[in-house]
This record gives sequence, C-alpha cells and structure tokens, in this order.
Amino acid sequence: MHSTNRATKKATLAALATTVSLAVSGAMPAWASDLSGDLKIFLDTSNPAPRATMEAMIERFGAQHPDLNIETTVIDREAYKTQIRNFLTANAPDVATWYAANRMRPYVEAGLFEDVSDLYAEPAVGEALASTKGALTIDGKQWGVAYTYYQWGVYYRKDIFAELGLSEPTTWDEEKANCAKIVESGRACYTIGTKYLWTAGGWFDYLNMRTNGFDFHMALAGGEVSWEDERVKQTFLNWKELIDMGAFIDNHQTYSWQEALPFMVNGDAAAYLMGNFAVAPLRDAGLSDDQLDFYQFVSINPDVELSEDAPTDTFHIPANAQNKEAAREFLRFATSAEEQTIINNGQNLGQLPVNAGSSVDDDKFLQQGFKMLSTNSTGGVAQFWDRDAPAEMAKASMEGFQEFMVKPGELDRILAKLERARGRIYK
Amino acid sequence: MTAASDTPEQESWFHRNQQSVAPWLFLAPGILFFLFYVIFPVFQSFNLSLYAWDGLGEAEYVGLRNYEDLYWEYVDRDAFYTSLKNNVIWLALYLLAIPAGLFIALFLNQTVFGIRLYKSLFFFPFVISQVVVGLVFTWFYDPTFGLLTAALGWFGLEGVNILGDERFVTYGIILAGLWPQTAYCMILYLTGLNAVDPEQIEAGRLDNAKGWRMLWHIVLPQLKPATFIAFVVTIIGALRSFDLISIMTEGGPFGSSRVLAYYMFEVALSEYGFRMGYGAAIAVVLFMIMMCFIAYFLWSMYREEKGR
Repeated sequence: MHSTNRATKKATLAALATTVSLAVSGAMPAWASDLSGDLKIFLDTSNPAPRATMEAMIERFGAQHPDLNIETTVIDREAYKTQIRNFLTANAPDVATWYAANRMRPYVEAGLFEDVSDLYAEPAVGEALASTKGALTIDGKQWGVAYTYYQWGVYYRKDIFAELGLSEPTTWDEEKANCAKIVESGRACYTIGTKYLWTAGGWFDYLNMRTNGFDFHMALAGGEVSWEDERVKQTFLNWKELIDMGAFIDNHQTYSWQEALPFMVNGDAAAYLMGNFAVAPLRDAGLSDDQLDFYQFVSINPDVELSEDAPTDTFHIPANAQNKEAAREFLRFATSAEEQTIINNGQNLGQLPVNAGSSVDDDKFLQQGFKMLSTNSTGGVAQFWDRDAPAEMAKASMEGFQEFMVKPGELDRILAKLERARGRIYK
Repeated sequence: MTAASDTPEQESWFHRNQQSVAPWLFLAPGILFFLFYVIFPVFQSFNLSLYAWDGLGEAEYVGLRNYEDLYWEYVDRDAFYTSLKNNVIWLALYLLAIPAGLFIALFLNQTVFGIRLYKSLFFFPFVISQVVVGLVFTWFYDPTFGLLTAALGWFGLEGVNILGDERFVTYGIILAGLWPQTAYCMILYLTGLNAVDPEQIEAGRLDNAKGWRMLWHIVLPQLKPATFIAFVVTIIGALRSFDLISIMTEGGPFGSSRVLAYYMFEVALSEYGFRMGYGAAIAVVLFMIMMCFIAYFLWSMYREEKGR
C-alpha cells in the first residue's frame, strides 16, 4: 500500500515535470523576447468599482504577456497606508499604488522607490504624461507614473438654486450673496463631514489658494511661511465669514464625508465642496443630472490666478522589486492612451485620464472638470493639503481647521498652536 | 529506556535531576514567550524612545529630546496633556463598573423563574465585540438621526452632540465602555456570591443586621477576592481604552478624546504617523503609569500569600 502510493506520486510528479518542461520549451520560441517570471502587483483600489477596473486592466496586460505570471493583491485602502511601510522594506512587490507629491517623499528619501526617469525620457511616454510629470518629480527625477486624477470643486443642487433664483457664482461676493439666500430659506449652504479631518483640508486649500495664490500656498505647505502671518489670517477670516453666516451644516465634526451626503440628498444643504468621487454616491442616492451640477470654486482675490486641487493616484516600482523590467512594461501599458481612455471612462473609475492622447468620458462632470483643469487653472495644480504638506503638519493643521470650524473665535490660539508645530516639524 | 533503569549507577544527568529540572522545562515555553513578547519589547521601547526614527531610514540618537517635547506639550496644554487628563478621567470613571456590577449581581442573585435568561441578557454586552459596542453607541449619540436626540426631543429638549463636543466626548465614550465592563464585573460578583457562607448570613440575621449593614459588614468582606479581580481587570481595561476611541471618534473632535494608548498609535503607526521614537516615549510614560498599579497588585498578592 505504502509503496504503491509512493510510486504513483512519483509518476505524477514526473508527468507534471514533463508537461511543465514541454510547456516552457514549447513556448520559448514564440515569446523568446517577451517578459517572463513573476510580476507582483499591490493595489489599494479596494472599493468594488475601482477594483474591477484594475483587475480587468491587469488581465488585458496578462493576455499580451502569457508567460508572465501576474499575482495581484488588493489591500484595503486605509490599511494600505500603514502596510506600505512594511512591504516596501520587507517583501516588496514589483508594482505598488500610491499618491504623488509630498506623500511619496518619505519613500523616495528612504530609497524605497525606483527612479523611473528613464521612462519619461522615452518620447512616447514623456510627452504623453507631461501634465503630471511635476507631481511625480522630486530632486529632478521621476519616481512613478500617474494613472488617474480627478477635479475638486463645488457640486450643488441645481433645483434648489433654481427654486431660489440663484445662478452659479464666480466671485466671492456672489458666493456670499447666494449663501445668504440659501441660509434664509432654512438650509445650509454646504454640507461637510470633518470627522476624518481631510475634508476641512479641501476648504483650506481653496480658500488659501484663492486668497493668497498657489505659490504662497505651496510655501506654507513647505513650512516657509509662519502660520501667524497676516496673509494666512486673512484666509481664515474669509472662512470665518462663511462660518458666521451658518453656511456649514451643524455637527459636521461627527460625520464622515459619506455621512454628510444625506444632507445634500435630502435638500438640507445646497452644495458640497468635494472631489469628483462624490458624484457616484450622490447619483446612487437618487439625484439626477438635472438636480446636480458643478461649478469651479469662486475667485476671492482678483489678483491671484486660479489654481485647483486635482489629486493624482500613482503607480510606483519599489526599489526592492524583483522583476523591474516587467514592472516598467506594466507602467507603460497602464499609462498608454488606449488604456487610460478605458480605465478612466464612466463605467470604470469615472475620472480623468493622465495621457494627453486619450479621450475624456462624455460624463458632464468629467467634461467640465477636464475643461476647468486644462483652461482655467493657470495658477497651478495642487495635490491636496494632506499630500502637499508633510504628514505630521497635515495632521496637526487639519485638526486645527476642524477646531476652527467649530470654534471660529479661537483662531489666534489655533494659529499659535500650528506655528509651534511648524517650528517642530520642519527642521 | 529499559537499560537506563536497570543500571542505576549509569543513570543519565536528566534522571538524576528530574525533580529540579522538570518545573523549568514546563515553564520554559511560557518564559520564552514572555521574554520575547513582553520583556524584550519593553526594553526595546525604552531604547527606541531615545531616538528619532521614521520607521524607514536611519534612527538618530536624540537623548531625552522626545521626553522634553512631551513635557512642553504638557506645559502648552497640547495633545499629550489632553491624553494624560483623559486617561485619569478614564481611570476614575471606569471604576464605576465595580459598584454597578455588584448591584446588578445582588439583584440577579435570586431564584425565580427564568433567572438564567436574565443573567445571560445582562452578560450579553460583554460577549459582543468592542467594535460593535462602539458603533452602536455612535449611532445612539448621532446628533441628527440618533436615538438619544430623538428621546430628548420627546421631552422637548435640544439634542446634544456628545461625540462632537470636546466637553462631553470622553464621558460619552466611557459610558459606552462601562456597558460591557459592568457586565464583566457582574459575572465576577455572581460567582463570588455563590461562595458566600449562608451560616454567616444567618448569624447576621439573628443579630438584626439588615440592608446596607448586612451588605457592608457581612457580604462584602466575603466578596473581597472578587472585588480584587474586578479592580484589576477594570484598571487594565481603562488603561487599554483604545478600540472604542478608535471606532467612535478617532481621537476627535480636534483631538480632545485622545488617551495615551491612542495618541501613541496616532503618532507612531497611523496614516500620518512617522515618529516611532516619540511614540515609544509615550508608551514608556503609559508603562510607568501601569507599573504603579502592577506593583500594587503584585504587592497585595504577595501580602495575601504570606498571610496564609
């Protein structure tokens, strides 16, 4: 019994070995020049729609390279943010998703991301990705490629605006006049949920960029300007005007951004300053395109050029990756004009493609956003406060923004606290 | 095996020392795990707290700078001060679980139809996960749609945003924590009450002891072991109060519900945390606080053993 068992096992193994070697040798001539080995891809696109998009794209890539054994791991988006520190050092994949700008700096400085400047040197890639090159550049080198980005702006209830006889504002005075009427009608102008802090960062981004301009904003994120500077204070005073009017919903500090959506859906709030990803849940909740529309955040200081938030999601090759050749090929594939058109269309990510040669979906929000970013954002494009400022400062300051939105009277104390944090964080 | 026992003069070293070696062998796995997962990390934390390290690059030795920063945070009434203050509030109020558990236990310590069901129902909150407890209370406190706001509305009262107000938030979370902790203390006391000597109760009755006097002088002294355990688990529970805070507020609003354990996590391990050394310094402070209690527990257990 025992011996027969062993014999069969041996036979099976031998058979397996021959099939494997046959398969390999049979395949060799046809794909001799192509990629082989393993390609490990780690993704943070854990929400159902992006996940399906990514998996479909990887499948198309796999079909082109049948000898490549692709292993995809999808990690929960929030958990990914802490796990990346471990897997980049200990068990690096060949491709990993992350975010552009300052958010990738710790890994670049620790030498954990591969320099991919050579990709940008290729004419096909370099020209097509020129628009996001800056966001991926640190010390004059590029450390990854973008695969999608999206606009921020004010999403509003068109039907409420029509009911109150309001039109899309373009200046700060119009904005405030509109808001006064909305408040008068018993609604809040804006819904917002600041429990996880970053939503307040979006408001600060816009108010500060509109009050003091893009360059000043970046200098502040870089720690070069005091938080007690008069110009920073002016930003907060503009913000305070809205808060004092009762523009924001009550108790926003208890809600996440999703929990703040019902206020807009139910008509208790008229607008939401958000990224384009808010459109999908608003539509799911029953708002039609006749009820929902978009406008660019109004200009405040006429002397500064308009600049926008457009967070970029990226692919990187870890420095410890095993199959960098295949990884580079994957990066070329994911940013190609054709793939960019597919993965960013309305059925998939529903965002903006990074390749200049690809086309934008017909969705009205994407069209408006694309137009806004390509023609009316002359001051510059920011990533988002918690990606532009170093992590520690982002955390401390967004906590300050939240506190300010609840207790606007304590502005001086909050700014003094942020100034102390600045002294500690930027050395 | 047979050869060894047949010739005692050639007995192996192990057989000769079996009596003294065996206990150590049995203890070895425990000691090993305790050393590697508790003792060494404690010293590693002490060591790490003297460095500035982002978890990726080189660690830089900074001496006591991390502690100095903590001290200034305390002076400035900043995050560290808030965490420390909240920890004290947690320690004090969490102890309410002990009397509350005792009274529920006394109430349930009777024989009526279906008492087992009532006991299980009271014990129920301890069985469900802290995450669920946190979520249930978060929804209960919701300032717009929550049950609390609705209930206050019936009496014509304005709703309060418990988790959004820095004055109430810690108390709101502690209340959520007390729910399962009371159940835990109750079960400890219920088992303790089984061991109360009926003859002493009888004797007390004869001496005309009733109500509070009976409880204080006759029942409670006999429940001393249960009280001790309840005290230990409640103190430890209060100092570990991490999950509820993480679920219910993430330390907010604007950081006012942090405790040391959460602050340490935030600084060292969360999305925006890159300061391993600083986190280790907070951990050391928390360890020192725990050490006071641990020393007290050990000392009183030692005294107990000696008294026997």
